[in-house]
Amino acid sequence: MIVAETKPLDEIKALLSDAEKVLVVGCGTCVTVCFAGGSREVAIMGSLLRMAGRMDGHERQVEEVTVQRQCEWEYLDAIAEQVGAVDVVLSLGCGIGVQALAEHFPNAWVVPGLNTKFMGLPLEQGVWAERCAGCGDCLLGLTGGVCPIARCSKQLLNGPCGGSIDGHCEINPEVSCAWQLIYDRLTEKGKLEVLMEIQPPRDWRTARHGGPRTIVREDLRLPEDHQAGQSMKQEA
Amino acid sequence: MNISANGYLSGSNLERVLRAGHFAATGELGPPQSADGSTIREKAQLLKGACDAANITDNQTAIVRMSSVSAGAIALQEGLEPVIQVTCRDRNRLAIQSDILGAYAQGIRNILALSGDHQTFGNHPMAKNVHDIDSIQLVQMIAEMRDKKIFQCGDPFKGQEPCMFVGAAAAPFAHPIDFRPYRLGKKVNAGANFIQTQLIYDIEAFKKYMEKVRALGLHEKTYILAGVGPLKSPAMARYMRESVPGMLIPDEIMNRMTAAGAPWSGKGELTKEDKKARSGAWRETGIKICVELIQQLREIEGVSGVHIMAIEWEEAVRPIAEGAGLLPRPVVEPAAA
Repeated sequence: MIVAETKPLDEIKALLSDAEKVLVVGCGTCVTVCFAGGSREVAIMGSLLRMAGRMDGHERQVEEVTVQRQCEWEYLDAIAEQVGAVDVVLSLGCGIGVQALAEHFPNAWVVPGLNTKFMGLPLEQGVWAERCAGCGDCLLGLTGGVCPIARCSKQLLNGPCGGSIDGHCEINPEVSCAWQLIYDRLTEKGKLEVLMEIQPPRDWRTARHGGPRTIVREDLRLPEDHQAGQSMKQEA
Repeated sequence: MNISANGYLSGSNLERVLRAGHFAATGELGPPQSADGSTIREKAQLLKGACDAANITDNQTAIVRMSSVSAGAIALQEGLEPVIQVTCRDRNRLAIQSDILGAYAQGIRNILALSGDHQTFGNHPMAKNVHDIDSIQLVQMIAEMRDKKIFQCGDPFKGQEPCMFVGAAAAPFAHPIDFRPYRLGKKVNAGANFIQTQLIYDIEAFKKYMEKVRALGLHEKTYILAGVGPLKSPAMARYMRESVPGMLIPDEIMNRMTAAGAPWSGKGELTKEDKKARSGAWRETGIKICVELIQQLREIEGVSGVHIMAIEWEEAVRPIAEGAGLLPRPVVEPAAA
C-alpha cells in the first residue's frame, strides 16, 4: 500500500493561509489503513484546525468528508458540491489523491495535508517499511523476493557492499541489509549460484528516469465516442 | 584483454611493477576541501618515490573535495602516478565515462572502481545519490571501454579508447563473510586487474580469507594488494574496531597502542608538551605495527603488494615503506615486458 504521514500542523496552517472555509477530504483506501488520512484522521484534523483557528483568532469553517478512493473520478463526483462551497480543499489523500482532486475540480484550490512516503507494508502495529520502488522491471524472481532497488541504500545489483554489518546497513542499525537478506534467502533455497552471475547495468527507463510513466492497455480501452462522454474534468 | 604492443593493458607504472613480479606498494592522497592545488603538490612530494602509485580519493566519506581526476592530473605533473578513485554515488554512467576519457587524455592510467560511501556519512546528507551502476558494473564498463573499445551502451569508440589498469576494492571481513571471496571473484570476472583490500590488522583472519581466494584461483587472475594503515591513537583503533563495518583489530594490537601511551597515564592533567609526546609515541607504535603487518602480509601466498592508507598522514608512508624494506621502489622500463 501507499504509506503516508500527516504534515506538521504549522505547515498545514500556512498552506490554508487566510481561507475562511476549508473542506478536509480523507480517503478510504491506503491512507486509512496506515492511519494517516481516513475518516478518523479527517475528524481529528477538522478539530485541530477549528481549535487552532480559535487560538489564533482566525476562526474557520471546517467541513469534513471521506471518499472511498480519492484517486478515481467516480468517487470524487459525489463531493463536487462540497468542494465548490469552500476556499481551500485540504486533501488527506496521498499525492495521487491531491492531484486527482486538483485535476477533477480545476476551479478548486487543493493543498496536501500528508507527506506521501513510500509503497510498503506494516511490519507491526505502528511500524511501516518500504518494499517497492516501482522501478517498472521487477527482479524479485532473482533475489529471493527481497528487493535491492527499494531496500539497498545504494540500489546495488551485485551486492553486498562493504557496509553490511550484523545483518544491518551501515547507514542505520534499524535498516536491514537487503543483500544479507537476499544472501540468507538464496542460501536457504540452495540458489546461491544466482549471486555469482554479474547482473548487468539496468535499463532505468522503466523507472521514473524515462520520464513520467503511463500504461495504455488497448484491450481495455473503450471506443473513442464512448471516451468523449467520460469527461475527466468537472466544473466545481 | 587488450594487450598493447608492449604487452601492457595500460602501461601504468603500477601495472609494470606488478607484471615484473615486484611486491607493489600504493599510497593514498586525499584531495583538499578547497580549490588549492598546492596541497596536492605538497602531498605528492611526500608520496613520490615511496610508492608505485597513489590513490586519489573521490569525495571520500562523502565529503566534497577536489575531483579525483583534477587532483590526479596535478599529481602526475609532480611525478606521482595516480590511481583515480571513481565512485558510483555521485555520477551516472555518462558522467563517469566522460571523466574516464578526460582522465586518460590527461595521462592517467589507473582507476579504482568503488560504489562509494553513502552520502548520509558526509557533509551533504541531504543530497540525492545516483547509483546508476554499481561497482562491479563499473569495473566491467571500464574494462570493456579498453578491451572492446565500446561505450557502455555498446557504441564503438571513434578514436583512442581509454586504456586503464582497472582496480576494485575488497572488504574481506564485511558481512556476510562467507560470500566475500565469491564477491571478489565477481569483481575479477568483471575485469578487475588489481584489488586493494580494506585495512587488515588481523593477519590470521586474512590468511583464512586468502586460503579461500586461492582455492578459487583468484590470485592468479588479479593482483591483490592488502590494505594497511598506521594507527594514530588507541581512540582511533577503538573507533575503527567498534564502528567501521568489517574492521577486525586483534586485542594484541589494541594493547600495544594503549601501552605506548602508558608513560603518560596516571600523570593527571597533561601539559601541551606531554600530549604532543604521547601522540608521538602512539604514532611511532602505529608505524611499527604497520611495518610488521606488511612483513607478515608479504609472506602470504597470493598477496602481490600492499596499499598503505595513511589518512591525512601522508608523511607516514615513507617511513613505513622504508621500515618494511620496500624502498627504493623498483623502476620497470615500459619496454621491459
